[in-house]
Amino acid sequence: MSSAADTANTDKKAPPAAPRYDTLASRFKKDWYILSSLVGKDFKRKYRRSVLGVVWSILNPVLQMIVLSVVFSYVFRFQLEGVPFALYLILGQTLFSIMASSSSMGLMSMMEAAPLIKKVRVNKYIFPLSKVLFEFVNFGFSFIAVIAVALYYNFNPAEGWTLVASFNLLSIPLVLIYLAIFCSGLSFLLSALTVFFRDVIHLWSVFVLMWTYATPLFYPLAVLPPEFQPFMKFNPMYQFITYMRDIILYGQVPSLRQNLVCLAMALLTFAIGFLVFRFAQRKFILYV
Amino acid sequence: MSKPKTNTQEMETDYAILVDDVTMIFNIASENLTSLKEYFIKLIRRELFFKEFLAVDSVSLKVKRGDVYGIVGTNGSGKSTLLKMVAGVLEPSRGSVQIDGIIAPLIELGAGFDAELTARENIYLNGSLLGYSKDFIHAHFDEIVDFAELWDFLDMPLKNYSSGMVARIAFAIATVIVPDILIVDETLSVGDMFFQEKCENRINALINDHHTTVLFVSHSIDQVERLCKNAIWIEKGKMRMQGDAKTVCEAYRNSQ
Repeated sequence: MSSAADTANTDKKAPPAAPRYDTLASRFKKDWYILSSLVGKDFKRKYRRSVLGVVWSILNPVLQMIVLSVVFSYVFRFQLEGVPFALYLILGQTLFSIMASSSSMGLMSMMEAAPLIKKVRVNKYIFPLSKVLFEFVNFGFSFIAVIAVALYYNFNPAEGWTLVASFNLLSIPLVLIYLAIFCSGLSFLLSALTVFFRDVIHLWSVFVLMWTYATPLFYPLAVLPPEFQPFMKFNPMYQFITYMRDIILYGQVPSLRQNLVCLAMALLTFAIGFLVFRFAQRKFILYV
Repeated sequence: MSKPKTNTQEMETDYAILVDDVTMIFNIASENLTSLKEYFIKLIRRELFFKEFLAVDSVSLKVKRGDVYGIVGTNGSGKSTLLKMVAGVLEPSRGSVQIDGIIAPLIELGAGFDAELTARENIYLNGSLLGYSKDFIHAHFDEIVDFAELWDFLDMPLKNYSSGMVARIAFAIATVIVPDILIVDETLSVGDMFFQEKCENRINALINDHHTTVLFVSHSIDQVERLCKNAIWIEKGKMRMQGDAKTVCEAYRNSQ
């Protein structure tokens, strides 16, 4: 009698079906939704009350490129053989800024999420990843600027005017995947370390500055003393940027060796970052 | 009925919450150790992780399905720590917590609320963090706003809201689902008198109509006595008494 009344009652009120996460796929879907919500939040915050809004993501790299190319090609007189310096610049600079921004934002991601992880149960790996995803979405807009600059110069030393239609552009997603894996690893590692040692915040900003100058972003590799040049191959950012420049600037399909080097660097960084993060994450809540 | 050590499978069918001999240790020394220099100095002096504080010490409790279970104790006795372990926010240092079903933790409301975003955006953001799907939030959006009575201000940034209004939205989002387990930590004291009544009605509806299991913490011993069937009394992290709510509350009252 009473149970019948109960079911009638619940039927009438039609309670919302509570979401259940039994399978791996549904858990992944849940995490993905949180991830995209966080990225959406960051975007809304970034461009709230700005007139141009997301257009800034396109405009910014172009403006930076103009400043840098004026400084380095007119003041320092760096020249590249047969390729436009501005395109050389914007390629290095946009790729490098993915790493620089995602790592310095990822660094703070667990600290930022502190009030959150104290309140709800949520997979912590989402927070550093959200910063990387944010940078890549942002890069999607910046890439419009890169394409615009490439079209402006519409440049290919070998073929002349066939650059944008060429087949080797298909390798671009590959290098972006390598870079994403690399940045995620960095983000995991730095966010975990920052929870325990706030010094990392200060150290990392200096380190990124050093890295910026140690990578041929606005100078050609050839300006370095010959004895330093071989060491450059240990710089992952140099590898990723060279890969991208080979495709767009020189119209080459990157070699298998280049692919393997980039992938190995990315996976190694990811493995270290992920392991440190996984080991440390259960203690986060006590330190943030 | 005697209490044999039932195996896990049996337990899962009878109980919604199983807390088995749980201990939570905090390192007091670690609290102010946030620089590398300090860390290495302490490491060399072997003073690292020296002081330990037992927030919760070997506490076990079993909550049956549909039960309303109270936790009483003075400030700093470990009630909130225990709740957070049940909610899965804190991981116990020792022991295990088993939960069967969906939890709605009303411990600290408004996780992930962002002052710059509008109420509408925050509902989606907070909902996602509570584990709701986009479709689910979409389907129950009106219900949430109705409950919070916020139709006029939906597109205003949250920073312009009063704290009471923020609490209303938070409560509305957290209770829009019908959870299997509801964890309530004095959140009933949000909003004005009328909203408090509304919240209590909602919780009562969950208990009576949907047989939700409730874990309830309050300083108001009368409230615990009124609402709960069973209760546990924790003192300085240790279990003092466990059993029928009336008996436990009576003993707790007499101890003071």
